[in-house]
Amino acid sequence: MKVRIKFSKYGSVKFIGHLDMMRYFQKAIRRAEIDIAYSEGFSPHQIMSFAAPLSVGHTSKGEYFDIELNSFTSEADLLNRLQSVMVEGIDILQVQLLKEGEQNAMASVKAASYLITFRDETILPTGWQEELMSFYAKPFIPVIKKTKKGEKEMNLKDSIYQLEIRGNSGIYMLLDASSGGNIKPGFVLDSFFDTLNYKLPEFAFTVHRIETCKNIGTEEERKLVPLIWEK
Amino acid sequence: MRKLALKDEILMQVEKPARYIGNEVNAVMKDKATIDVRFAMCFPDVYEIGMSHLGIQIIYDMLNQFEDVWCERVYSPWVDLDKIMRKEKIPLFALESQEPVKDFDFLGITLQYEMCYTNILQILDLSGIPVLSRDRNDADPIVIGGGPCSYNPEPVCDFFDMFYIGEGETRYRELLDLYKENKASGADRKEFLKKAAQVPGIYVPSLYEVTYKEDGTIDERIPLEPNIPSIIEKELVKDVTDTFYPDKPVVPFIKVTQDRVVLEIQRGCIRGCRFCQAGQLYRPVRERSLEMLEDYALKMLKNTGHEEISLSSLSSSDYTQLAPLLDFLIENCRERKINISLPSLRIDAFSLDVMNKVQDVKKSSLTFAPEAGSQRLRNVINKGLTEEVILDGARLAFEGGWSRVKLYFMLGLPTESEEDIRGIAELCNKIAAVYYETVPKEKRTGRVQIVASTSFFIPKPFTPFQWAPQCTKEDFLDKAYQTRSAISDQLNQKSIKYNWHETDASVLEGVMARGDRRLNQVILKAYEKGCMYDAWSEYYKNDIWMETFEECGIDMGFYTTRIRTDEEIFPWDFIDCGVTKEFLLREWHKAKEEETSPNCQMKCSGCGAARFGTGICVRHKTSGIDLAAKAADGSKVERKALSTSLI
Repeated sequence: MKVRIKFSKYGSVKFIGHLDMMRYFQKAIRRAEIDIAYSEGFSPHQIMSFAAPLSVGHTSKGEYFDIELNSFTSEADLLNRLQSVMVEGIDILQVQLLKEGEQNAMASVKAASYLITFRDETILPTGWQEELMSFYAKPFIPVIKKTKKGEKEMNLKDSIYQLEIRGNSGIYMLLDASSGGNIKPGFVLDSFFDTLNYKLPEFAFTVHRIETCKNIGTEEERKLVPLIWEK
Repeated sequence: MRKLALKDEILMQVEKPARYIGNEVNAVMKDKATIDVRFAMCFPDVYEIGMSHLGIQIIYDMLNQFEDVWCERVYSPWVDLDKIMRKEKIPLFALESQEPVKDFDFLGITLQYEMCYTNILQILDLSGIPVLSRDRNDADPIVIGGGPCSYNPEPVCDFFDMFYIGEGETRYRELLDLYKENKASGADRKEFLKKAAQVPGIYVPSLYEVTYKEDGTIDERIPLEPNIPSIIEKELVKDVTDTFYPDKPVVPFIKVTQDRVVLEIQRGCIRGCRFCQAGQLYRPVRERSLEMLEDYALKMLKNTGHEEISLSSLSSSDYTQLAPLLDFLIENCRERKINISLPSLRIDAFSLDVMNKVQDVKKSSLTFAPEAGSQRLRNVINKGLTEEVILDGARLAFEGGWSRVKLYFMLGLPTESEEDIRGIAELCNKIAAVYYETVPKEKRTGRVQIVASTSFFIPKPFTPFQWAPQCTKEDFLDKAYQTRSAISDQLNQKSIKYNWHETDASVLEGVMARGDRRLNQVILKAYEKGCMYDAWSEYYKNDIWMETFEECGIDMGFYTTRIRTDEEIFPWDFIDCGVTKEFLLREWHKAKEEETSPNCQMKCSGCGAARFGTGICVRHKTSGIDLAAKAADGSKVERKALSTSLI
């Protein structure tokens, strides 16, 4: 049986990269003595699937991974046992037993929401808020996306599902995070400021992932909900 | 929540920011308001190396068990952060509290290899602590050195307020109490150093003066204060079972060199190889009990979540409880899918059987360390490994399915001839031949792979070879070429791969190893000119070192290639490591006569370590072996006693 685990990442652990987070959880599962299933073969490994890698330096309240278990106690027991072996900066938020046939975490991911906050010392062109909203209002935003295979022209608008200004220096974004079309919030910002001929200084903003989502609607009519979702 | 010492912008710029954030599983946090002594424990190399060191984990755990002490960790910032910290004047900080090292009471620095000496200066410099002990005042931490290189502390003695000679488990409580008392009484730093110099095992270099003879060798060491010992005896844990050992070692976020549970099964070694410093320094060999190791293995695996456990000791095959310990580990690790990593075991039927159980034969290679190519030279170095044993082990291994063999040798050992060097190639060839004899054609998966590696021999203090001249750089290179060409002359040369180490750093390491107080100025100057991370070949700046020696008017050959007389006073003679100089000299003479000495299990050679009254020296007395040893050649009855107790 499979369970999905939701966790947060904040404070100093935001400097731990994705591969090291995976190693961290492998060791944590051993410390918590969770009855996880292992792969067959001479060097067996824990059966574990992470939803969407988070970039180094970003914080999050919506990280997920699935594990396969040999035996299951209860969602609450798993949560408590895992939480008791966490370090400061990583909290287990939710545990859910997955239904038979549920897609794994990585394949389920369709979108992610972010809060971008400009640092106090970042100087931005005046009126950037209005400019951003009119940028978002365009039906077609041509950009060149660098992929492993090379460069690709695409319409960025298709990947931005929602965009709002929050407060004085915050931007909320809901972006495509599927394995084929993942868009990073920094890329959206860079594309926007490019249209103003403005180059953002390095470390101009922080990124906080709010949620990682799956689609329970259709391709045409998306209904994005958190990876752990009870209707 | 903790505030990090480095701003996000800096952490985002440097490689592996997780090196600098602390907060790892099992890292110890305390409330500094309830603490009397703040101790920063430093391994002067990059985080991944330092975090892999067992000794620091032991001391960290011990000091943090003391309620009035908070011990934190410090490592060398990597070169990228080093540059930023200098530019932005950010003081070096400890990982746990993220607070400046300068505000601590103690800064402990472990000296694990000579090539870290410039990194000591990096640590002090970045901390804002004056690099010279004499320039420090009451506001600076007490800088204390320890570890194997502190057995010859003289080349770096100006940078330290004191050295702790020997094993750390024994005297820290006493030293810290003395520190608290001194502070409470309002006495100053100088007063504390004087009192500390009377604590067994503590060496305060500023309280001694050294005079030299005309030939540059030491004339005399003079204590500058009354009641200061002229000889410092090493500290040693008598009972290695009932002592400090971390059951909750810190678990790094990032992959480090030693990413596993490390179980130290014993200290010391019975073997007495004449080139080996550790084999002498940690005498007598002391075993931890099987019960303790079983208990700690389970606790440490549970508390860390590591997926691998490794046994640590100088010669694990000599641990008397090895078979039951391995049985226990195999049984308990199989179900939990935990790997057992085996240290260099002697290759025999037993170890091959164990390796078969715990690792994939196809992937792993076997390691032999004959150290020298000929039996003659192996007798000189007292390496009790014969060609017969090596070839038998190889045969067994090939029958068991192994087809990769690694061999370690040293070049430049005392009395080495061209014939000995050819012996390296011939031994490799014979092993390859054994493979083709043993494994029938249809079972072979390609060629046997034999990898021969040579390092250059560097004489170390407290070994019988401390009197031996080191080879010149040219000799070293010549020997490596001879080895290479001898290997290419062999019938099975296509199955043999040969690697050798660089020479430049070996010369500097040799200077530091047997150096004296006059080297302090050279190290400081080289550091000021940009030398750092000398143990990393990509950062080792040989030209600067050579230039600095010249500027300081110091001849490197004095420390390396010079022939030393039996009577010479060495810079480290004031340290008593348990093994006497008389014993070492006896061994040096025997080496030159190509005579071997028995190991401690076979017969006591009277090295001097028996005075600690523990470990194998005591086991002997109860088993009757001591009687046999005392009776020189022994009567028949005593010989019988000896042979039975060996079984």
